[in-house]
Amino acid sequence: MTTAEMTAPAQTAVRTITFRDAIREALLEEMQRDPSVFIIGECIELRSAWRTTKDLSLMFPGRVRDTPISEAAIVGAAVGAAMLGMHPVAEVMIGDFVTTCMDELVNQAGKMRYMFGGQTDLPMVVRIPTGMVKNGGAQHSQTLESWFMHAPGLLVAVPSTPYDAKGMLKTALRGRDPVLFFEYKMLYGIKGDVPEGDYTVPLGQARIARAGTDATIITWGSMTHKALAAAETLAAEGRSVEVVDLRTLVPLDTAAILRSVEKTHRVLVVDEGYRPASAGSEIAALIAEKAFYALDAPIKRLASPPVPKPFSTPLELATVPQTDDIVRTVRELF
Amino acid sequence: MLETLDERLGLDDEQLLGLYRRMLTIRTFEERVKYESSAGTVLGPTHLYIGEEAIAVGVCAALRPDDYITSTHRGHGHAIAKGCQPRRMMAELFGRETGVCHGRGGSMHIADFSVGMLGANAIVAGGIPLATGVGLAIQLKQSDQVIAGFFGESASNRGPFHEGLNMSAVWHLPVLFVCENNQFGQYTYASQVMLVENVSERAAGYGIRGLTIDGNDVMAVYQAAREALEGIRRGDGPVLLECKTYRMEGHNVGDELYYRKPGEMEAWKQKDPIVRFRACLQTWGALSAAQEADITAEVQAEIEEAVAFAAASAYASIDTIYDDVFSSDYQVTP
Repeated sequence: MTTAEMTAPAQTAVRTITFRDAIREALLEEMQRDPSVFIIGECIELRSAWRTTKDLSLMFPGRVRDTPISEAAIVGAAVGAAMLGMHPVAEVMIGDFVTTCMDELVNQAGKMRYMFGGQTDLPMVVRIPTGMVKNGGAQHSQTLESWFMHAPGLLVAVPSTPYDAKGMLKTALRGRDPVLFFEYKMLYGIKGDVPEGDYTVPLGQARIARAGTDATIITWGSMTHKALAAAETLAAEGRSVEVVDLRTLVPLDTAAILRSVEKTHRVLVVDEGYRPASAGSEIAALIAEKAFYALDAPIKRLASPPVPKPFSTPLELATVPQTDDIVRTVRELF
Repeated sequence: MLETLDERLGLDDEQLLGLYRRMLTIRTFEERVKYESSAGTVLGPTHLYIGEEAIAVGVCAALRPDDYITSTHRGHGHAIAKGCQPRRMMAELFGRETGVCHGRGGSMHIADFSVGMLGANAIVAGGIPLATGVGLAIQLKQSDQVIAGFFGESASNRGPFHEGLNMSAVWHLPVLFVCENNQFGQYTYASQVMLVENVSERAAGYGIRGLTIDGNDVMAVYQAAREALEGIRRGDGPVLLECKTYRMEGHNVGDELYYRKPGEMEAWKQKDPIVRFRACLQTWGALSAAQEADITAEVQAEIEEAVAFAAASAYASIDTIYDDVFSSDYQVTP
């Protein structure tokens, strides 16, 4: 679906660094490379709530700016600046806050190029720390990226590893289209191998996170890690489970989804977001439409029930798919 | 500061006639749009600028060609004043491929980036955060350009007005916020929904300068905009310029005006900005009867040609509906 090509890292050292440092490294390197890249958001100058912009304001004076608590203006200003050829990065500190800038995301960023007949590029990235964090409560825990599959004109990135976080953010920052870059808050601390220096990962190509032959788990973001843990457990039982990490929801790598389903004939879709009318629903519908006769069992889905995230720990955990839930549901495919 | 000027503000006859011609072009265009909209050749919801011509023309006369504007659902006047060709606008309103947005935008999404017209917006106040972002881009590029963001008085009741003005103020962005107070938010009198008499009073809440002027006096608008823009271009930060006017037509073509106070329209017709300016020009000896007749005939011929051009133009091929949702880097799957 995308013409972007993956560029291999040059001969450089590979370190093990955190997801948050991978994000910061992409921002830093792209700001060095391209003077039109700048960052706006709330409390980001010294480090940001998630420490992804630490010290960048000192290295790039005037290009990393604390804003008023004004999400509509943060995203709207990014749209306006992008129309003039700048490459803004707008940070919406908590994913739930997209509700306060939906017009700027959906009606402005997503439609400008089209409704103006292709007169403008919109090279902008909206970084959205997202998903459940411990005891965040109902307004700091949501996983809302599915909403933006329903809004034309927005690319939706959901990296699950430090390597992809850096490479995909670089691709987003070099593009010509608005990218909503969802960073799972629970993943900021995970570590992974990341090359020093420049490399990119395309938007629109899924990754086989684990190869398998008996069943497929299709997922993205935070749930990739739970799916991999589940696959490990299932391997001990003699079940070979493939894990497909979508990496982007828009573009959706439908070929990779169908290829895996046609190989394993059994599929579970795991989504941290609310179940009704979700990305998981769309993927299940796609498989039913395009690969029904390849299936040996009905499609299964795991997602959050449509209840506000409760605060209390046991209740909260019960509203999000866990590794045990994934293991149990995969068993039900057989 | 301005030097002491005569009532002609230092403009020569040719410049004064240029203002008159633009105002008359807008009026003639809009009267024809009203007719064509009723006839069904102009498609969709249509909002006329009749009665407000002095504002767009006065402000845009004070802008440089390389400056920018953002506009509103009532944006035909802004587009013409900034230099957009009436024939390509009319073709857009007819929904044709030759339209300035290739028939993808229509009346409420006219944009012409080639003349710095960065788009009309069908979301009330939607353009304000975008103007903020354009101002930010100009500042980051260290350019001496400016942007004039047009909006109505009722936009000042929405959150993006507050967020956009505040953010522009704290960063001293080069934005002239032009409030066209035409007294109505759709079918509701502005006085019913805001207690301040002047929108410019709200400027104090952002620590910026606000002023209210007669928006039906093109010379007053030009003078105020020119003076404000001098400071804005110097880096003094945004100004809120409120232009009092009156919507001489309904909210949209087809509005039955059931809500309008009797006699009000007749009173405002005495203040018609074109009639008033014509009288000034005649007093100053800048407009002879022969010149007036020539300009009228030329403008009418231009609009006539615009309609013929639009009517003779084709609709875009249905094969193109997926074009320009994204850049050519990404394609939409049907």
